[in-house]
Amino acid sequence: MMKEDDVIICRCEEITLEEIRSWIGKGYRHFDELKRILRVGMGPCQGRGCRDIILRELAKATGEPLDKIDPGTIRPPVKPIKLGLCAYGKEGSSI
Amino acid sequence: MSGNKAQNEKRTADAIIVGGGVHGASAAYHLAKEGASVALFEKGYLSSGGSGRSAAGLRQHFGTEVNCRLAKYNLECFPTLQNDLGGELDLEFTQWGYLWVAYTEESMTQLEKNVSLQKSLDIPSENLTPGEMKRRWPYLNVERMIGAAFCAKDGHINPHTLTMAYGRAAEKLGARIFTYTPADKLLASRGRITGVQVAGESWSAPRVLLTAGPWSTALAASVGVELPVTSERHNLLVTEPIEPFNCPMTLCLDDGAYFKQVPNGSFFFGRDDPDEPKTIESGNSAKFLEGVTKSVLQRIPALAGVRVIHQWSGPYDVTPDHQAIIDWTPVEGLWVNCGWSGHGLQFGPSGGRLAKEMFFGEKTFVDIRNFRLSRFEEGDLFMEPAFI
Repeated sequence: MMKEDDVIICRCEEITLEEIRSWIGKGYRHFDELKRILRVGMGPCQGRGCRDIILRELAKATGEPLDKIDPGTIRPPVKPIKLGLCAYGKEGSSI
Repeated sequence: MSGNKAQNEKRTADAIIVGGGVHGASAAYHLAKEGASVALFEKGYLSSGGSGRSAAGLRQHFGTEVNCRLAKYNLECFPTLQNDLGGELDLEFTQWGYLWVAYTEESMTQLEKNVSLQKSLDIPSENLTPGEMKRRWPYLNVERMIGAAFCAKDGHINPHTLTMAYGRAAEKLGARIFTYTPADKLLASRGRITGVQVAGESWSAPRVLLTAGPWSTALAASVGVELPVTSERHNLLVTEPIEPFNCPMTLCLDDGAYFKQVPNGSFFFGRDDPDEPKTIESGNSAKFLEGVTKSVLQRIPALAGVRVIHQWSGPYDVTPDHQAIIDWTPVEGLWVNCGWSGHGLQFGPSGGRLAKEMFFGEKTFVDIRNFRLSRFEEGDLFMEPAFI
């Protein structure tokens, strides 16, 4: 059976639960700090997969209720969009 | 590294550093390494201000001798820095080059001047024609380009892990780093710095270093020191990762657009926009997204089908001549290193070394007279022709 710590929490960057727990143990107690160290939440899914799990780990480690844990910054655009669409309002190039 | 532990500490140090960007963290490391007791206060996490928000280009392309010399030193440090700082964090240092593209004869003349200065200092820069660019980087649209300056040894580093690695190495050497712990104000008495007020409590130190980027201005004013440092908001976007093809940092001097690939395969796009608010606050606009993609896709059309995954912004700490202020202030014991005007991240290695040399009263390894605070009053500005 797979060990709990080997579970991949962030599929974009392939970060395991063990890595998350290890850096929380080193004193990093904010989602935004873990993001800077491990890239969790920086991939194409923008934390849709990992954010809630990491916030629960932070709540466990700090003993704070989940709703008191800072969820970190969520940046636009809301979902990935093609650069050509941003530039020209349609897909593909106008050059 | 967590906040709210400052109240249980002994509230004295040989040096207090205010601001946990790369310059503050590097200074903490260099001072602690030489045996000074250091306390650093940062209002967010390390790199949460301008440092972590920068595009993190590393370059030796400058147009003033002192910046070239400091930049050359930085590039000598980066290749071994990850190991020097403990090897725990991946600094993602790469040397895929840095390209400055001219679209007018006037900017090409300036680039050629810069390159001949760089060559005289043994920096391996070169001038390129559009034909040479097309041969090296066939995916670039060189239309309207007149020429470029290029240095293959320049590159990229991860600005977060760089700053945090300095911080962790400093802590291992005994420095105390308090994140999520803003300094309320500086404290001085009879023209001398005495310390810093943090969460209502006084911390005392005979020397205080201010490395708080654009937040330095208000902190310095709390002891009557006027810094001509203002804020400008600058934006970036990052794309999904694609197969790395080592696209160098490419800066287009017609409209200030730039782009580069970073080691995981993502692209960064940025573009300077004089209409952006002159604010210290971060924020985002759809206007940036449209303007930067229109501009960059003209130069590298093949990216039109790649997706942007997020955009962000951060403040530059701008001075009237786009050069940093690295100097002791009229308040004895208070020194500053700020005002880098958008090119400061890469100067972390030299900034920390200079802070250490100034603290111990040593001769600085490069003459930094040009960075003195009094130059603004004297009207002796020190213009850097190569700033973005």
